[in-house]
Amino acid sequence: MTDSLQAATGPYFGDFGGRFVPEALVAALDELADAYDKARVDPAFSSELERLARDYTGRPSIVTEVPRFAAHAGGAHVFLKREDLNHTGSHKINNVLGQALLTKRLGKTRVIAETGAGQHGVAAATAAALMDLECIVYMGEEDTERQRLNVARMRLLGATVVPVKTGSRTLKDAINEAYRDWVANVDTTNYLFGTAAGPHPFPTMVRDFQRVIGLEARAQMLDLGALPDAVVACVGGGSNAIGIFDAFLDDAEVRLIGCEAGGDGVDTGRHAAAIGGGRPGVLHGSRSFILQDADGQTIPSHSISAGLDYPGVGPQHAWLATLGRAEYWSVTDAEAMEAFGLLCRTEGILPAIESAHALAGAMRLGRQLGPDATILVNLSGRGDKDVETAAVYFGLLDGGES
Amino acid sequence: MSGASDRIRHSNAEGRAALIAYLPVGFPSVERSIRAMVAMVDAGADVIEVGIPYSDPVIDGPTNQIAAEAALLAGARVADCFAAVRAVVAAGASAVVMSYYNPLLQYGLEKFAGELAAAGGSGVVLPDLTPDIAQEWLAAAEAHSLDTTFLVAPSSTPERLHMTVAATTGFVYAASLMGVTGERASVGSQAERLVRDSRAAGAHLVCVGLGVTTGAHAREVATYADGVVVGSVLVRCLIDHVNEDQALDALRTKTSELARGVRGES
Repeated sequence: MTDSLQAATGPYFGDFGGRFVPEALVAALDELADAYDKARVDPAFSSELERLARDYTGRPSIVTEVPRFAAHAGGAHVFLKREDLNHTGSHKINNVLGQALLTKRLGKTRVIAETGAGQHGVAAATAAALMDLECIVYMGEEDTERQRLNVARMRLLGATVVPVKTGSRTLKDAINEAYRDWVANVDTTNYLFGTAAGPHPFPTMVRDFQRVIGLEARAQMLDLGALPDAVVACVGGGSNAIGIFDAFLDDAEVRLIGCEAGGDGVDTGRHAAAIGGGRPGVLHGSRSFILQDADGQTIPSHSISAGLDYPGVGPQHAWLATLGRAEYWSVTDAEAMEAFGLLCRTEGILPAIESAHALAGAMRLGRQLGPDATILVNLSGRGDKDVETAAVYFGLLDGGES
Repeated sequence: MSGASDRIRHSNAEGRAALIAYLPVGFPSVERSIRAMVAMVDAGADVIEVGIPYSDPVIDGPTNQIAAEAALLAGARVADCFAAVRAVVAAGASAVVMSYYNPLLQYGLEKFAGELAAAGGSGVVLPDLTPDIAQEWLAAAEAHSLDTTFLVAPSSTPERLHMTVAATTGFVYAASLMGVTGERASVGSQAERLVRDSRAAGAHLVCVGLGVTTGAHAREVATYADGVVVGSVLVRCLIDHVNEDQALDALRTKTSELARGVRGES
């Protein structure tokens, strides 16, 4: 045995993870975990997933050096792992293709999904269309309003989008509603969970399906000359971050930096930084860092980015944070939007606002490390869905910039 | 032995099932929720399940969600459950607390168990904690002689039924169907089999909940279960009537109907 941190199998990651769910869901989670354990060692499953990654998603995604952007990051060498170029526009497709294939193996005909920004919902609707599955997407009502285009995209793809009107009307409430659906329809239905959080086996399984990002990127960086000094990714639930971190976990010289959504600033209380501003607790089936009050009631998160607007974080990130193997920074709305605007204007790449949090982290890190540093950023998604939010933010809609 | 279990056995000795009635503390206010629980005791409830409202109630349907959300908005705290437990016990019924896990975890499991026992509560019902991960809670409960009710579901495998029944102290809660709490037109058809299987796995007391809405439902469930758990339709009385007197009237009427049901009367 080695002391490798890679591909940890769960259900626990140190003190985090586990499976805190109603008994009614245990059989379904056991069934899913069992199917996944068989599939992961089945060459037929792997080769089908690889074929879809190549011929449908468009993998491997490229790595792009961005020198004009990097001039604002202390002149460091900055490289972007271009998950934004995947079919459907983000890393989410990597995970849903795997889970949809598993759904077929389970003999189920219906999938449900939660979505915040809509990227996971769009990916789930896409995979469902491809594999002839009925698809229901739960989305907080507030998110359906700020991500209207993605709602339309999901409907075009044949999915039913259900606006969730309870609680804070955002991602956490969409997850609650998806669980409620699953309990009632578990015989026919598989839950395509969008991030590396929730009860076992989701944190492990989603991480494994996203692991391809880091495996590719590590080899691509070596081809370019050397491993980077740091890998930076945004963290909401944390699936794109754990996907790119995993392959680098045993490279002790590579710093791993997760950028949580700092909203208006962690000290204002209006943020989504579960590690930076939360404490351990149980939410949505696993023990991790969460935003909560003294009574354990979840505190609604805030972020300009719907995809990071979640009061919890995946348990493997909580573990890596307590081990000190990864660092978790918080990036405010304003910092993220500055990086968003810069990448648009300096490189002609429109990032998702989620990914802009990682870009802002890279700017901060580059200024600390200087021009000798090499920084790899996971550009987890593209920003087409964010044009309206950004246009309002920058005042571009009614006659010019403010 | 525990208050709730004794009460259920006592009811069974009378040739009937026990009526276990749920309301969340703090809806529409702490004081009014406590008066509502006492009204249910007066109208024939044997055991009151005092709910702790939670921000993310994944196994609850719309009715209980509305009440929990309103209770939290009105400022309900975890510790408010102790006053409710005291009032229920003073009114002559047994009290158990129903809570999702995180509020208890953050309060401190040992502290919560001690204060619940001191208030006269006899146990807890834990909808999102299963026995295989409940060691910390079970230790705290044992130290304060509290019973722990776990849930079994129609999807529970024989192995899990045995494990759950073995870990349960007090009564086993059998979910009548695969779904969330809420009023329904009929009680799940799988409930009777689940009660039979739970008994075969060694359970002494099995109570059935989820979807029990009418006196007729209670009468039907009472033919095969030791107790009948009712929640959403009682919460509905408080949602539908803003005026407190009207709400309490509706609650007494519904509780009496259910109390007749568990006695096999219509």
